[in-house]
Amino acid sequence: MLKMKSWTLRFVAQTMLLLFWSAMAVWAIGPKDSSPHGTNIFAPASTPAKAISDLSVFVLVITGIIFVVVFALLAYSVIKFRGRAVDAGREPAQVYGSTQIELAWTIIPILIVIVLFLATARVLHAVQDAPQPPGAIEVTAIGHQYWWEFRYPKLGVVTANELHIPVSNPANPTPTFLTLLSADTDHSFWIPELAGKTDLIPNHPNRMWMDPLRTGIFLGQCAQYCGVQHAKMLLRVSVDSPADFAAWVRGQQQPAVQDASVATGRRVFESNACMNCHAVAGTNANGRFGPDLTHLMIRATIASGAASNTPENLRLWIQDPNAIKPGSLMPAMKLNDSDLDAVVSYMETLR
Amino acid sequence: MSSNAITIPGVQIDEKPWVDTLHEWVTTVDHKRLGVLYILYALLFLVVAGVEALIIRIQLMFPHNHFVSPQVFNRLFTMHGTTMVFFMGMPILFGFANYLVPLMIGARDMAFPRLNAFSFWLSAMGGFLLYFSLVGANGLYGAGNAPDAGWWAYAPLTARAFSPGHSTDYWTLALLVSGFGSIGTAINIIATILCMRCPGMKLNRMPLLAWLNLVMAGMVLLAVSPLTAAQFMLLIDRYLGGHFFDTQAGGSAMLWMHFFWIFGHPEVYVLIIPCFAFMSEIIPVFSRKPIFGYPVMVAATVCIGFVSMSVWAHHMFSVGMNSYANSFFTITTMAVGVPTGIKIFNWLGTMWGGKIQFKVPMLFCIAFLFQFLTAGLTGIMLGSAAFDSQLTLSYFVVAHFHYTLVGGVVFGVFAALYYWYPKITGRILNETLGKLHFWLFLIGFHLTFDLMHIPGLLGMPRRIYTYEPGRGWDTVNLLISVGGFIQAIAVVIFAANLVVSYFKGKKAGNDPWDAWTLEWATSSPPPAYNFASIPLVASRRPLWDLKHPEDPDSRYE
Repeated sequence: MLKMKSWTLRFVAQTMLLLFWSAMAVWAIGPKDSSPHGTNIFAPASTPAKAISDLSVFVLVITGIIFVVVFALLAYSVIKFRGRAVDAGREPAQVYGSTQIELAWTIIPILIVIVLFLATARVLHAVQDAPQPPGAIEVTAIGHQYWWEFRYPKLGVVTANELHIPVSNPANPTPTFLTLLSADTDHSFWIPELAGKTDLIPNHPNRMWMDPLRTGIFLGQCAQYCGVQHAKMLLRVSVDSPADFAAWVRGQQQPAVQDASVATGRRVFESNACMNCHAVAGTNANGRFGPDLTHLMIRATIASGAASNTPENLRLWIQDPNAIKPGSLMPAMKLNDSDLDAVVSYMETLR
Repeated sequence: MSSNAITIPGVQIDEKPWVDTLHEWVTTVDHKRLGVLYILYALLFLVVAGVEALIIRIQLMFPHNHFVSPQVFNRLFTMHGTTMVFFMGMPILFGFANYLVPLMIGARDMAFPRLNAFSFWLSAMGGFLLYFSLVGANGLYGAGNAPDAGWWAYAPLTARAFSPGHSTDYWTLALLVSGFGSIGTAINIIATILCMRCPGMKLNRMPLLAWLNLVMAGMVLLAVSPLTAAQFMLLIDRYLGGHFFDTQAGGSAMLWMHFFWIFGHPEVYVLIIPCFAFMSEIIPVFSRKPIFGYPVMVAATVCIGFVSMSVWAHHMFSVGMNSYANSFFTITTMAVGVPTGIKIFNWLGTMWGGKIQFKVPMLFCIAFLFQFLTAGLTGIMLGSAAFDSQLTLSYFVVAHFHYTLVGGVVFGVFAALYYWYPKITGRILNETLGKLHFWLFLIGFHLTFDLMHIPGLLGMPRRIYTYEPGRGWDTVNLLISVGGFIQAIAVVIFAANLVVSYFKGKKAGNDPWDAWTLEWATSSPPPAYNFASIPLVASRRPLWDLKHPEDPDSRYE
């Protein structure tokens, strides 16, 4: 019976150790297989994310060592000092404490805390107090229930949900500095591979920056609970080469395409409630409650990443937003089929 | 049902009509009965909030699952969190404090028995008020029927613009009412410990359980008061046109965060310190040694009490504080790790050189030690503000605090229930069922909460009702849910054990564990007056002195 007990305890110890190390293995393997679409905090692609990731590994190593040492001591004492049948009825030596030992296990943790604190403070200073270089791109990100508005005040560009920023060359950095605002509740901007998260809080403008070191699409989503559709407030950041970024900006600065073949759809759009919330540059539609639609067709997704930007999805979205994103603040427009087709055709010209 | 019992003059019979029994329990001011009421009421809410957690886990088993709607999901996690913290965690620990503190310090009752009953019923009504929202909060267009602003209820989600109807009001009132109950109980515990100790029980001879509950009660006073004030301010915002947190009228969302977390962080210590107290009583008894470093354990607890009052903004590392504020809260947060570490080492020192008996309460204690070690270390990671800017608001945080609250508090509470159930009922919980419960719960716990760290590191935010496939979150979430169901099965076995052992369990006698504190000196269950004559103590282990007159503790203290 007693033998079995010690076996079960060893089993606990080994199971826990195994679970811990398998978790560690997942973290370690993670970065290698991350596609450009990953959201792994250990696959950093910018300076702040890299600084945080390096610090994280340092903290993990220190806490990992503490874990192994204390775990081993606990497991050892549980196994070694188990009660045995032979000494039943006899009490062990009654020990009340030891000042030397207490001092040792007070001072050593204090030293560890000081080291971890200094390492953290250094990264905090580097990330939070970095000066803005002259070549920086400025973007104002505004959180809405449940989508993202991006404004480039110096470039005169307004877009939604899909942020485009240039890749930054360390020799001649062009980081992006974001001013974070909220139109309603709290949100949080989180692209794990580009930077730690920063909240968007009404009446409390925040700042953050990132200088992506490779091109590609980076994913993330709202991290602060903001209401019914918090889950489908997804983020896409397209990190472009300087030439691609310049071309994208030039395209965005154009007013909307005016295509006479979809005049019916435009009329439906402008004679219904659509234009109260949505803007299409160069037309009468200048609402700001919903995303700017001037270059809708450039975007890969609709509804803040909830669906891919296909004509079928667009049609479904206009007809019944709840089918894609229940609780979204866009009302069902209840258009008849011909109006619906006309509006979708109009949308499809907005490149 | 009416009673047909025949009353014979001069003969006392035990059978009473159930109405009389009910009346006795409802009007009781006995600390033991109130303790039991607290525990039963908390176990009821454990089941309710546990079912909510299971529904959440079913929804998250697969990406783009449609088991519940986003609206229902948001209500579920709000109710789960609020219930577990305010109507399961706090009441069950208050229940044990109520039951054990007077017995362990040799008193006949709490200092203020009527305040005690009043506080219990306030807390209980708070819980029922919260759940009455399911019935009472309907009525306005677009209004939900249960609170859905999350258990922190961040402004401005609670403003009337974003929370129409009455669900948020029920949340506010429930916490307000139970907050008064908690403050009443805290005052009572402090007064009892300071004024009601039996002769000879100096502060430095008090059982650690009493010491730790003293610190816990002090923290409740300091932490629950700001929360209660904030609830008033929220009500003023919602009904009297105030603008404390109403951002659309220039109010501050940050102000609510500070109010909430200056409550919220000490609150987690309010929950864990009584569990430290259980460890400090149970581990020595089953190691057959006195607690290692008693004075240091007391000092470390008081130290945790003070330092934990200055760490609250580590919940706010993503809200845009400057680098100096973030550094300050990093060092204070990590500093709490030092006294907490001392505690773990002292429990290790207690087991070291002992003769450990693996009874069910001790099994839960050993698991607690390993799990609290892990939770403490992930806490250090979260305390590093820069690392935290990635981890906060992700599933890593969810994993961390469930590791402390389930791996710590729930394991601690199970240990306490197995250990003191014989005292409360007179019968020992079945050992075989207990071991089955322990192992199943342990496996389920680790399957769920070890794995839950991973999606957080892979970028999965908390509080999302569904998620995108292909981000490495799918398989892990399925396994997490499976673990949840294993835990649920274990809890069902535990509930069965509670019932079966109550009727058929082995008789406990006064002192089934051969323990050393005063509660084991009286009968099981103890009489209403606790002790026929008030005991006189000369050391920290009065029953050791009694059992070993040749080598009493009093010789060394």
